[in-house]
Amino acid sequence: MSGFIGDWHALLILVVAGFLPNEVWRWAGLWFGSGVDEGSEVLVWVRAVATAILAGVISQILVQPPGALATVPELLRYGAVAAGFAAFMLARRSTFAGVACGEIVLLAGKWWLG
Amino acid sequence: MPLPPLESPQWKNRFRAFAWGMSAVGTTVLALVLFATYLGIGALAHDTHFSLGWALASTLLIWAGPAQIILISTLGSGATVVQAAVAVTLSAIRLFPMVVSVLPMLRTPQTKRRHLILATHFIAVTLWVECYRLLPRVPRGSRIAFVHGLGCGLVIVCMIATTLGYQLAANLPPLFAAAILMLTPLAFLLSTARNCKEISDVLALVLGLALYPVVAMFHTGVDVLISGMAAGSIAYGVHRWRRRSA
Repeated sequence: MSGFIGDWHALLILVVAGFLPNEVWRWAGLWFGSGVDEGSEVLVWVRAVATAILAGVISQILVQPPGALATVPELLRYGAVAAGFAAFMLARRSTFAGVACGEIVLLAGKWWLG
Repeated sequence: MPLPPLESPQWKNRFRAFAWGMSAVGTTVLALVLFATYLGIGALAHDTHFSLGWALASTLLIWAGPAQIILISTLGSGATVVQAAVAVTLSAIRLFPMVVSVLPMLRTPQTKRRHLILATHFIAVTLWVECYRLLPRVPRGSRIAFVHGLGCGLVIVCMIATTLGYQLAANLPPLFAAAILMLTPLAFLLSTARNCKEISDVLALVLGLALYPVVAMFHTGVDVLISGMAAGSIAYGVHRWRRRSA
């Protein structure tokens, strides 16, 4: 067990920093859910902050890429995302078309650069 | 596989309802996006030196892609457990309105709160969207069993993708490993952009992308939090201002 998951410390971190912070909000929805109006102003703000945090994480992966992605030049990373987004818009907001196009640009660019 | 009509007596069988829920995974394009995302998460976990078991446990226990990416990337970049927990907590607030809007579709007058605990755990963006699409075609009494099947099916797909992504990142040449890691930002950016309904959502996305590199120059350790709170609040402010001037 310890070899597969890591030590108990890693698992504890997963529970404390990963499982509980998520589950707390799900439980809160289960317990207090009936009292919250779906269109309330607080939820508009919450959704905006949650979206912006996610955008920050996307930005973080692109600007300070982990592992193998760091071998791809900066401009090619941004170019691939821009191409993916353009394809997404052109294909009437198809996530699949956008992801496929971004990946093709990344692979082609990296192959071309050698 | 098409679902039987609402009045069909076959729905009375809970196992059938569960199986139909599970097979509904094959009818959604979002399962593909989810698969791509979890390939990326598996690869990310590998490249930030987490074990495969840990990555699988995170998929099973957290069951929210953005939270997993935030947890893995913040811990991987040297943040403390407390900083990671705060960032994940803030990203998870969006689960609250999702749960609040899905549960009324599952409830019957006989439903107890404990019957909904597992279904609540499965609620994340994909299940939330699919519930709106599929549940009107499921009789109310069978919906919890159906959602359990749908949730289990999606979790299984993602566990397979996590394993594949992890193994691929370990064994592929750097070119393909980079391509798999790229799936994460692409899939998240585009699926978030797809969900943007109001001007506040669009602004939050654009400002959030742009502000992070600026805040990151200060190396606070909670860069994602600061840029996210700032960008989200500005977006909300614009939404308020437009509503008042309209």
